Amino acid sequence: MNRLSTASAVALMASLGAAQAQETTIEWWHAMGGELGAKLEEIVQGFNDSQDQYTVNPSYKGTYPETMTAAIAAFRADQQPAIVQVFEVGTGTMMSAQGAIVPVHQLMEEHGEGFDPDAFLPQVVGYYTDTDGNMLSMPFNSSTPILYYNKTVFEAAGLDPESPPETWAEMEQFSNQIMESGAASCGFTTGWISWIQTENLSAWHDQPIGTLENGFGGLDARLTVNGPVQVKHWENLKRWADEGIFKYGGPVGGDNAAPLFYAQECAMIMNSSASRAGVIANAEAFDLGFGMLPYYDDVEGAPQNSIIGGATLWVLSGKSDEEYDAAAAFFTYLSSPEVQADWASFSGYLPITQAASDAMGDFFAQNPGADTGINQITLNEPTENSKGLRFGNYVQVRGVIDEEFEQLLSGDKDAQGALDSVVSRGNALIEDFQEQNQ
Amino acid sequence: MKRTIFSNQLLPWLLLAPQLIITFVFFLWPAGQAVRQSFLREDAFGTRTSFVGLENFARLWSSPEYLNSLQVTAVFAISVTVLSMGLSLLLAIAVDRMIRSTRVYTTLLVWPYAVAPAVAGILWWFIFNPTIGIMPYLLGGLGYDWNHISDKGDAMTLVVIASAWKQISYNFLFFLAGLQAIPASLREAAAIDGAGPVRRFFDITFPLLSPTTFFLLVVNIVYAMFDTFGVIDATTEGGPAQATNIMVYKVYFDGFVGQNLGSSAAQSVVLMGLVLVLTVIQFRYVEKKVAY
Repeated sequence: MNRLSTASAVALMASLGAAQAQETTIEWWHAMGGELGAKLEEIVQGFNDSQDQYTVNPSYKGTYPETMTAAIAAFRADQQPAIVQVFEVGTGTMMSAQGAIVPVHQLMEEHGEGFDPDAFLPQVVGYYTDTDGNMLSMPFNSSTPILYYNKTVFEAAGLDPESPPETWAEMEQFSNQIMESGAASCGFTTGWISWIQTENLSAWHDQPIGTLENGFGGLDARLTVNGPVQVKHWENLKRWADEGIFKYGGPVGGDNAAPLFYAQECAMIMNSSASRAGVIANAEAFDLGFGMLPYYDDVEGAPQNSIIGGATLWVLSGKSDEEYDAAAAFFTYLSSPEVQADWASFSGYLPITQAASDAMGDFFAQNPGADTGINQITLNEPTENSKGLRFGNYVQVRGVIDEEFEQLLSGDKDAQGALDSVVSRGNALIEDFQEQNQ
Repeated sequence: MKRTIFSNQLLPWLLLAPQLIITFVFFLWPAGQAVRQSFLREDAFGTRTSFVGLENFARLWSSPEYLNSLQVTAVFAISVTVLSMGLSLLLAIAVDRMIRSTRVYTTLLVWPYAVAPAVAGILWWFIFNPTIGIMPYLLGGLGYDWNHISDKGDAMTLVVIASAWKQISYNFLFFLAGLQAIPASLREAAAIDGAGPVRRFFDITFPLLSPTTFFLLVVNIVYAMFDTFGVIDATTEGGPAQATNIMVYKVYFDGFVGQNLGSSAAQSVVLMGLVLVLTVIQFRYVEKKVAY
């Protein structure tokens, strides 16, 4: 009996070995749960079926920070996957880890066929390129914040349901009208104070977030997010919160913001374009409208263009040539217009190539508002203030932004004081990172 | 007195081996790693490492966030301990006086202990959720605007209630056992001498309960400082504005989310030292007041 099971185990190992000799298998660690995760596996299956040389093996590793931590721990133990999905604020950490990553442009030059970096939308890949314009990671799921509004409430308040507010002045005026008419008890809420009301606010008004092109220029860059436009906006948010026009949805992504909008307590919400499917599913009781982010019309250059968030795929070092061939082939498949258009229409994430965006023409025509995000990031040629941002320890800096905003709301600090603290505390973290990486 | 002598010198070691190995692999070795890491500065991937001596520690003492975390931890640990021990003592006394339904109540009161901290956290998160929770709705009816997302006091109250609730069962069991071990004759004698219920409690019951109380004090403080991670993570995540960022959560956040391993390791070393000091104080000074 014992001998039999040993023999069969040996046979099993041998057959596995034989299978591996024919096919190269690579690991892809990702953070997409639920429906997005199922769609991701469908895409991977499509790639695995499309050829018989390579197999990609996706595994779900939890949230973005968990996935990144898992990959880092695995790298330190020499067990890293070939591909890992990392959120945009982890970009600074990843690109500084020069011995640990293989830049995508280098991977595609050495292992890919017919790779054309110009095919990608500069507004998307720009966030993930070095100062020479070389792609460091492969954008997978990128989104940008947009405005969702409740048309039914707008109508009840005597507003035109087809025209969302364009400026912050209108935002305030519409909110007051909605509250006075009793159509809803609050004007607006928002997800992501950091990403939407600070970083995107800056880019949308062509204001710098930091020095050296928002950190693209090197590790010496420091935050400068305490400029007059940002201070004025935070001041307004505090005033609007006191007046009940604006309701705070909590730190990080703002878990409590979306329920406020779904329950028709707040008439408008600013949130990721990738929330589209979720918002539609929850907006059964009312008509839903889409608009661009509001801007201050007295700021010169506004509206500029919004910046993206989401995650990209990084390739880790220490793998064999065959494995890198597999990764390159997979990236080529992933960026093909069909796969991109399918993924973007399903999820609400932005297509990453011009060809994919063109292939989605019919979809955009049939789904009004679905192109708000892409129109918003391509509104103008990005400036050095609106290309994105890149700082080390940025996960913690985002935490600092939330905390200081909470200090503002509780009345412990004024807008200038809170943003000054964001800059000083944030810069201390950025300096730590610089020291760790020198 | 009979003493057993093992002729085999190896056997005791063999029998101890599983426990020793577990202690070494899961406690001593990681603790050693933490101490080593606390003297280093390193990037996330470990490709660049430099020795910085005590700088990681020096930075902690000059960081307002860390000092805030110390203060938050003290407030949190004391509140949780007082609340959970006080309530469970009351419950234990109430159940101890019962005659028929003791078992039913004991079983019911022990239930929460079987709930995992993260699940307890989610439970309280739902009950107190400012948008969809039942408590803010009821409190709103009373004119109190509950919002633990922006109000620091509300947030602290929430995590204290959630953590204390988890621990009440455990304390209750020990207190009940302690109460039942006190001979009824002592209380009866006091009653005959004319002592009222309050007098009997403070002069007879409470002093005789002191070994249990002392043991629970140590266990509860350690619980509040270390085992409440799940509750914090599931409810407030240390917020708002670090109002509930207890030391153990900060170790996790700075190390695992922020990838600042040096600082995170230094914080765990401080935490280790703190537990050591607390335990020594408790056994040297508090225990002297305990009557066994």
